[in-house]
Amino acid sequence: MEDMLFYDRMQFAFTITFHYLFPQLTMGLSLIIVYFKWKFLRTQVGHYNDAAKFWMRIFALNFAMGVVTGIPMEFQFGTNWAKFSELTGGIIGQTLAMEGMFSFFLESSFLGLFLFGEKLLGHKLHFVTGFLVFLGSWASGFLIIATHSWMQHPVGYEILSNGKFVLNNFTALFSNPWLLPSYLHNQLASLVTASFVMASIGAFYILNNRHSSFGKLFVKTGVVFGLVSSVLVAFPTGDWAAKNVVEHQPVTFAAMEGLFETQDGGSEIVLIGQPNVVDKKLDNKIAVPNILSFLTYKKWDAEVKGLNEFEPENYPTNIPGLYYAYHIMVGLGTLFIALMAAGAIQLWRKKLYATKWILWSLLFFLPFPYIANTTGWYTAELGRQPWLVYNLLRTSEGISPTVSSGNTLFTLLGFIGLYLLLGMLFLILVGKIINKGPVTTEA
Amino acid sequence: MLAIYVVLDGYDFGAGIVHLFFAKKEKDKKAITNAIGPFWDANEVWLIASGGVLFFAFPTLYASSFSGFYLPLIMILWLLIFRAIGLELRGQIHHRLWETVWDKAFGIASFLLALFFGIALGNVVRGVNLGMVENGVSAHEAHYFFLPLWNPTFSPTAAHLGIIDWFTILLGLVGVVTLTIHGANWIIYKTNSDLNDKLRTVIFRLNFALLALVILSLVVWHVIAPKPFLNFIETPWLWIFPILTLIGLVGLFWVKAFKKDGIGFIFSSLFILGGFASTAASIFPKLLPSTNSINPSLTVYNVAADEYGLSVGINWFIIAFILLIAYVFIQYRVFKGKMDDIGYGEH
Repeated sequence: MEDMLFYDRMQFAFTITFHYLFPQLTMGLSLIIVYFKWKFLRTQVGHYNDAAKFWMRIFALNFAMGVVTGIPMEFQFGTNWAKFSELTGGIIGQTLAMEGMFSFFLESSFLGLFLFGEKLLGHKLHFVTGFLVFLGSWASGFLIIATHSWMQHPVGYEILSNGKFVLNNFTALFSNPWLLPSYLHNQLASLVTASFVMASIGAFYILNNRHSSFGKLFVKTGVVFGLVSSVLVAFPTGDWAAKNVVEHQPVTFAAMEGLFETQDGGSEIVLIGQPNVVDKKLDNKIAVPNILSFLTYKKWDAEVKGLNEFEPENYPTNIPGLYYAYHIMVGLGTLFIALMAAGAIQLWRKKLYATKWILWSLLFFLPFPYIANTTGWYTAELGRQPWLVYNLLRTSEGISPTVSSGNTLFTLLGFIGLYLLLGMLFLILVGKIINKGPVTTEA
Repeated sequence: MLAIYVVLDGYDFGAGIVHLFFAKKEKDKKAITNAIGPFWDANEVWLIASGGVLFFAFPTLYASSFSGFYLPLIMILWLLIFRAIGLELRGQIHHRLWETVWDKAFGIASFLLALFFGIALGNVVRGVNLGMVENGVSAHEAHYFFLPLWNPTFSPTAAHLGIIDWFTILLGLVGVVTLTIHGANWIIYKTNSDLNDKLRTVIFRLNFALLALVILSLVVWHVIAPKPFLNFIETPWLWIFPILTLIGLVGLFWVKAFKKDGIGFIFSSLFILGGFASTAASIFPKLLPSTNSINPSLTVYNVAADEYGLSVGINWFIIAFILLIAYVFIQYRVFKGKMDDIGYGEH
């Protein structure tokens, strides 16, 4: 039984982590591509259109990867989490089916037109198809996060005597207080990834002295979008999301902050330290007194509940994992703001393209927004444990009763092998696109 | 919706099989990928949407069948991935070995997918040991089961069933032959390739095989599922589905005489849709029959979601469905006619 739960969770975690490497770029990138197309329509400067075309190719490749790795996600609800699907399918099935029917169809139908139809449609209609692709991808994110929010903070349901969850209020699914903060936080985080990727590839071109005019456009766009999104992702949206955790999942919040004991006279904020679950304390910590109380309740001496106030059986199952994921996300988020602010200052002083250290930093920051997005999601998902539906259905109660751990291990190994191949092919192809670079069309 | 998926993605699989067995020249291969290139991913979206609708409308069936058919479903996922990358990656690098590898990946994955979908249909008709009853005692809750890939005897009537037995293999072959014909019809419709004349002969010959296979499966159907015609006797208008299927099948014998290239495709679509509807009509109201006498079959009544959820669902579903039809219409309008020259997958 323990084994089964472990392999089911590993398979879901592995496949979703790999899957989300792609949508986190495409959602943000679609907005920037629409921006380029809009600039082109406004200014009629072909440079913007050529930039949009270059990024469309990267978008298309990432989108295809997102599709092929996304289908296994939907299937796994049934294959590995059958009990969960049976009990809650009447509710989460709604939002997941809507995602497929509304957003995914919209996005994939118009992507074909956007990619192949520029000459056929003319510039205005082509802009519209691009906008619809953006709309589809953001609607997709919305419906997935609506599903996620219901699991974190179930609303609009009743539980029948046979244990099934049934829906009794459809609109409640979308007015869930968990939804909006998480959605905005996630979309801005996706924009952070897209901005960093754009700035990074731009810096690569400038440092290489190839396609420099495009490189400058990409760095400039990446820095401007990146500064705005890195600030907004932390404040106010990250703050809102955290307040939801404080209010609805206080035990999770205590574990995220590494707060083993409630502290009298206000809680300190931990900057660095290693959770020691056995002795219930943080080893080697560096902390600043009273800041956590202030950030949480706007009062220096407010009480923040520590883990000692809760039943151990309701503790998140992996406290160190949760703590590290959260701190890595916050730490990287702070660095993003610092780097993008430095970039923006140099841009304002018109010295950005000659400031080598910023260009090199931008280039090497490419993987970090991916890590921040992933650890952010780990914070949300590890924080929900040991529950599948918070406070109502435990994760161990959701797995398929008839699928043995050996079978799941077999398919997990299969996915690892197949995704390794996919990842290599992706890198080869994206490398080809970047190496070829944007093409200037004669006007 | 699942039937629409099979008609649409079915021609992609069929084209893949044609690609594997009949396309020898580079030009012919290009014609095939051009004919399905712009469509396959939108067709695959129908699978995702069908899965989603199954999930919210029949959560118990979704849970039961997806966990019970665990191994074949995961393998279908892997094959879909290979089909996709085979098709998309081939044109990325111009090297003979690279192209051959992805051609084979695309062709073999398509062949196996057609086979698996036929086998899946066979499993649904045959039924499964719900609750995994052993000596009159259920080992699991009444609607859960798990099937290994095969049992040692490959018998559809054994106590321990497997996914693959001689009955499901038979339907698997029906699937392969049907979709090969269907795919060939699509290629004839969408291209002017030199292959078309050869394909008409292939369709004509395969149609004899299909007729024989269909008759054979109907005969053994009696052995596997008792009284398959009961519903038709009680509700005579249901006969329209088998009749449409038959029209689709017989019509294809005139494939060489059709004046317009799209007619063959209409007939094979008719055969597939009619076949699906006939099967559904035959087992209705069952969705997944039980092979033991202790646990009841899963029917549309005992696996549906609650009423409120379904009534909300049907509202947004209708809106979404109208939008879908509009998208499909726009897409097929833009990529209408023969597609020999679009150069799909060229960079």
